Amino acid sequence: MSATATPANGQDGDGIVLSARDIHKRFGDVEVLKGIDLDVGKGEVVALIGASGSGKTTFLRCVNMLEEYQAGIIRIGGVPIGYHDEGGRRVRLPESTVVRQRSEIGMVFQSFNLFPHLTARANIMLGLTKVRGKSKAEAGAIADRWLERVGLTDRKDHYPYQLSGGQQQRVAIARAVAMDPRLVLFDEVTSALDPELVGEVLTVMRDLAKSGMTMVVVSHEMLFVSSVAGRVVFMDGGRVAEQGSPSEILKNPKSERLRSFLGRFHGVLR
Amino acid sequence: MQYFFNWDVVWRATDKLAYGLALGLGMAALALVVGSAIGLGCALVLTSPKLKVLHRPVRWYVEIIRNSPLLVLVFFVYFGLPQAGIRTLDNIDSFVLTLTVYAGAYMTEVFRGGLASIPARYVESGMAIGLSGRQCFFFVTLPVMFRIVLPSLSNNLISLFKDTALASAIAVPELTHTARWINVQTFQVVEAWTSVTVLYLAVSYSLAFVLRRIERRYAVIR
Repeated sequence: MSATATPANGQDGDGIVLSARDIHKRFGDVEVLKGIDLDVGKGEVVALIGASGSGKTTFLRCVNMLEEYQAGIIRIGGVPIGYHDEGGRRVRLPESTVVRQRSEIGMVFQSFNLFPHLTARANIMLGLTKVRGKSKAEAGAIADRWLERVGLTDRKDHYPYQLSGGQQQRVAIARAVAMDPRLVLFDEVTSALDPELVGEVLTVMRDLAKSGMTMVVVSHEMLFVSSVAGRVVFMDGGRVAEQGSPSEILKNPKSERLRSFLGRFHGVLR
Repeated sequence: MQYFFNWDVVWRATDKLAYGLALGLGMAALALVVGSAIGLGCALVLTSPKLKVLHRPVRWYVEIIRNSPLLVLVFFVYFGLPQAGIRTLDNIDSFVLTLTVYAGAYMTEVFRGGLASIPARYVESGMAIGLSGRQCFFFVTLPVMFRIVLPSLSNNLISLFKDTALASAIAVPELTHTARWINVQTFQVVEAWTSVTVLYLAVSYSLAFVLRRIERRYAVIR
């Protein structure tokens, strides 16, 4: 696949799901995003890599409007989200609109964040009934289907505290994708897991990638990135420093920064 | 001097004792329910930056109540307020009012602590699946908080039940008052106070037992 955002299975006309232009984000005096541009096509899997503090997670949180940002525009399916232009002024959209837009974007967190008072099945059903307005029966059927897909049918009535980290994260992924979002954001979803549990989560993600899910993945799992991502984006100091196919980025890094970053994964990548 | 036991005096007062017990439980339950509503409201005020103007009055309420002996509050409401021209309540209403206001102050602290201990990431994951702020509150924050504070709630219920003994000071016919009545009527001091002690103990202990089972059923937060 080429370095540009070519949709992997772009049947519909435009094919661009996420388009971010010149995103600037400050925390107080510190500018953590210094003009991010990124396009993600339908069915594409884009991996964001970079040192901690490079702005990967912050960027994902801006896309999901969990953070406000000071400049730039993000479009989902061509529609600006979070902010709009009101006579030349940039204005935050009303909360009800933001809530609706957010439901089109799935997010999976590093720390799982399953609702602790609900079973695996009920965790998946909550958004389906309260946000999508589906009946309990319908939502239950969808939850069961996704639990089977992530291999947790026999754990559906377990509470989060009764599940391992890997199982919790698989439920969290099912909860996000069951909403049928246009895009799913994965924020270092294996970083909090014991090494022996990483594989089961990556397997689920690989399966989703294969089925044509549009995914933006922040990850330090370079083997996963090189085998699943269609495009790798290297972020450095709040900017997109380099991007391209996994082989271009991971095997032939152009910049010194990327070379030294990848040097840390020596042995994982050959 | 020899003391002659006569447990008949207790059996003869069974209906009075039962009534006293029911009254005590009823007053405690009412204070817990209404006090919880007050406490939840005050805790929400204290955790809302938008309602900052109300923080100081709520804090004063909580501090005044928590730093006064309940018996003094009971006397103040029953004897003091009518003298100050505030409409007279009968003794049961007066005590329930006092106990409720008292419970509300303690519940405020319980709920405030519960709300503060819920990690923001649960709310964030609610927002991430498209729940509105209100939905996050009702479907995530509130149920999680209730599970966190459940042990404190049951402790408070048992405390409130035992605190109803103070109602005897304004002649509310609850259990302690009944014991004093048997004592005065019959001079069977040991029987009178043994029977109510056993009753308090049995009820508090069974209450604790049942509540612990409920807690275990809902203890899904680690």
